[in-house]
Amino acid sequence: MITFDRVSVVYDGADEPVLRDVNLVVDEGELCLVVGHTGVGKSTLLGAVNGLVPHFTGGTLYGAVTVDGRDTADHPPRELADVVGVVGQDPLDGFVTDTVEEELAYAMEQLAVPPAVMRKRVEETLDLLGLADLRHRALHELSGGQQQRVAIGSVLTAHPRVLVLDEPTSALDPTAAEEVLAAVTRLVHDLGVTVLLAEHRLERVVQYADRVIHLPGDGRVVSGPPSEIFTASSIAPPIVELGRAAGWSPLPLSVRDARRAARPLRTALEDTAPPPVRPEPDAPEAEVLRARGITVAYRGVPAVRAVDLGLRAGEITALMGRNGSGKSSLLWALQGSGPRTSGTVRVGRNGAGEPGPAKGGDPKSLSAAEARRLVGLVPQTPTDLLYLESVEQELDRADTESATGTGVTGPSARAILDRLAPGIDRATHPRDLSEGQKLALVLAIQLTAAPRVLLLDEPTRGLDYRAKTQLIAMVDELAAEGRSVVISTHDVEFAARAADRVVVLAEGDVVADGPTTEVIVASPVFAPQVAKILSPLPYLTVDQVRAVLPGTEADA
Amino acid sequence: MAGAAEKRPARAGEGAARPDTGGRRLPRTLHPVAWWIWALALATAVSRTNNPLLLFLVLAVLGYVITLRRTDAPWARGFTYYLYLALTVVAIRVVFRAVFATGITPHDHYLFSLPRIPTPDWYAGIQLGGPVSLEALLSAATDGLRLACMLCCIGAANTLANPKRALRVLPGALYELGVAVTVSISVAPQLVQSVQRVARARRLRAGRNKGLKALRGIVVPVLEDALERSLRLAAAMDSRGYGRAGSATPRSRRLTGALMLLGMCGLCAGAYGLLDATAPKLLGLPALAVGSVLCLAGLRLGGRRVTRTTYRPDPWRFAEWAVASCGVLSAVLLFVNVGYNPAELNPSIYPLSWPTLPLVPAAAILLAGAAGFLAPPPSAPTPYITAPRTEEAA
Repeated sequence: MITFDRVSVVYDGADEPVLRDVNLVVDEGELCLVVGHTGVGKSTLLGAVNGLVPHFTGGTLYGAVTVDGRDTADHPPRELADVVGVVGQDPLDGFVTDTVEEELAYAMEQLAVPPAVMRKRVEETLDLLGLADLRHRALHELSGGQQQRVAIGSVLTAHPRVLVLDEPTSALDPTAAEEVLAAVTRLVHDLGVTVLLAEHRLERVVQYADRVIHLPGDGRVVSGPPSEIFTASSIAPPIVELGRAAGWSPLPLSVRDARRAARPLRTALEDTAPPPVRPEPDAPEAEVLRARGITVAYRGVPAVRAVDLGLRAGEITALMGRNGSGKSSLLWALQGSGPRTSGTVRVGRNGAGEPGPAKGGDPKSLSAAEARRLVGLVPQTPTDLLYLESVEQELDRADTESATGTGVTGPSARAILDRLAPGIDRATHPRDLSEGQKLALVLAIQLTAAPRVLLLDEPTRGLDYRAKTQLIAMVDELAAEGRSVVISTHDVEFAARAADRVVVLAEGDVVADGPTTEVIVASPVFAPQVAKILSPLPYLTVDQVRAVLPGTEADA
Repeated sequence: MAGAAEKRPARAGEGAARPDTGGRRLPRTLHPVAWWIWALALATAVSRTNNPLLLFLVLAVLGYVITLRRTDAPWARGFTYYLYLALTVVAIRVVFRAVFATGITPHDHYLFSLPRIPTPDWYAGIQLGGPVSLEALLSAATDGLRLACMLCCIGAANTLANPKRALRVLPGALYELGVAVTVSISVAPQLVQSVQRVARARRLRAGRNKGLKALRGIVVPVLEDALERSLRLAAAMDSRGYGRAGSATPRSRRLTGALMLLGMCGLCAGAYGLLDATAPKLLGLPALAVGSVLCLAGLRLGGRRVTRTTYRPDPWRFAEWAVASCGVLSAVLLFVNVGYNPAELNPSIYPLSWPTLPLVPAAAILLAGAAGFLAPPPSAPTPYITAPRTEEAA
């Protein structure tokens, strides 16, 4: 169905090719998972399938890419629209019309499909993806999962033989992601569509894959059956890492298979108490922030309902809950920059001699400059805070911004950035940094004000495993300095590894609040893979198992 | 898990408020062009008259048709804004007339006097302030009212017909133009959203909130955001088949361009010839006709280059003919001057007299109101749920 014949791609101005001498054959009806770290050329590989690379992106493609017998050299993307359907990360970016039904018909209108056929296909697609109730709804009113299903439907109506999905679930909560992936697997099984899927959170998709295409990072491409590729690949979901640690062969890829394989392991671990995921504090730390009765309402509709929350120094809290459950609203209300309908926030003051403000109080009633010395917030799109031409300039600006008005200053932004993410070129334009580096830069900017409380709104979006591990190291360090860190996230594996405490929000209410182990082990939605496999044993991460298992000292 | 919006029931009481379900007629949306013809014809009729009684009658007719036939869609909630705009137009006209006074004659009714502001010699033509007469204000008000009525006619068309569906009936050659407009309509709210988001994020950095520097802090991220988004949209449209080559050759493309250009010249010359009485006769209707023929040919030829079909095209049936023709008929009746004294359309202000309601024009305007029940009821209650979007859903 798809053939890459000695394909190399070089972008203009780059010295090294992104893809080097790639030979690849994808058969009809396969679900191929494309894995690799950020920036190794996953998007380039996917874009080459329908000719967006190089027709749209520029650069030079050597060799030949053939899809369903058509060479992409002679067929620009629009001439391949009836063969390849492409769905991107953010569905809203690709929508051309404004209602569900019209969006589904758009591609067919371009292909000049007769009206009677169009009508029939739209009805079929509405049923196939469970969108029938939403047909007249405006696209921007839909939830993220629904939007992504519409985006998939809108390319499906053209009856493509190949579906290319570039991180379709990165912005979705676990349940919405399941919804989208279930739709995709159904297409593979029922319609024989060939699917190429790139995804960071492998734990969600690895069980569905027929084949894995691994990009190790040097321009090569390795492909093979999942259990074979994952025995050696540098990135792997927790289930695979557990399998490697326990020496299972063949590697189980679904929780179901792993539970069967794990019976001896469970028996072996039964008597040992799991080591704590994170070092426990010696004594309970002092409370640095106390929020009472926080309510946020938008035009009368409450997003956060009378939430009480206390944050302790040195504690990392994960804030979880489905899309639209009020996580962002709560964070913004705590920081004082967002709307707050009622309630109070009290932030304790720093001790004498410490950098930072000498007075505490409610950040809402203080000036913006004083509020950010009490509570720092990194918004969902960190780039909203960046507007200068180079990293250097941003850091200088951050220092002057934080120094104004106070005598006391903490370490400079440059020092903080070097500690959090060493090796960033100062002359780089902030937009050219990777997602993880952008996050580190904005974190450094916010930390120049030396806040005791730091709030991160969905920092894990678009981060790969390596960047997430780095992020965990960063927040660990911040917590060790005595700051309180709150991270809102959908990523259960991340929460399991990073958080001391988990707070779950649902429709603006706190429905669970407690130590990570207690909250997420029991939950069917939020339990990480290791917990699902080893349940009822209270293990959360592979590292815990490694620490207990004899002979498998931490090797990763 | 689906968002909270899905579970929320449709707004209560919406169905109960609908006065007419159309009896045996199937509810459907009327062809947008029919509404536009109707509204433009009514606006043309309005341009003929200064009679406040007739103008108020037009407003009443518009209000009647709109309440009867509008949907719950977002664009259908905008008529109030057109009314406000109309009021503003009248107010501005009256205020300007009072400030830039044109003097007063002994026959006029004196109302009040504004302090006169002396103007320099080189500015002698215009004077500011001075005595204001009732007649001056009334003539300004009726003039403003006429303009306001025409505005409301356009507003009515926008309220009754989905603007995006109206763009879909553009001829194939203008298809790209239609898409550009559609995309920019949907981009505007996104731009507003991203400005709000960035402005809010500014406070987190506690940057300067005033002056050029602050502007840069907002403009740069917003523009970068918009640019990236439009690139992604372009990529998405390209991979979904937008702009697939039809049967066009470079030669036919050049021919299309030449035909359109000549046609437009013809249309302009024709319009000039018709409106300017001193222009030679040849410049009028003949030029207009030749221009339109050339334009049509160009559009047909250009249309061949785009091969696409339309999903669920709006049909043109009896109701469309009826609505469009009752609009056109009322315009014709106001232009032919049969059965009434044309002076009654523009009642005299000097000397001041109470306007009379001429019978035939009033009937013509009421006839336009028949569109209210000639059009089928709007399509079934589509649940346009207006879930207030929270920050997170954004």
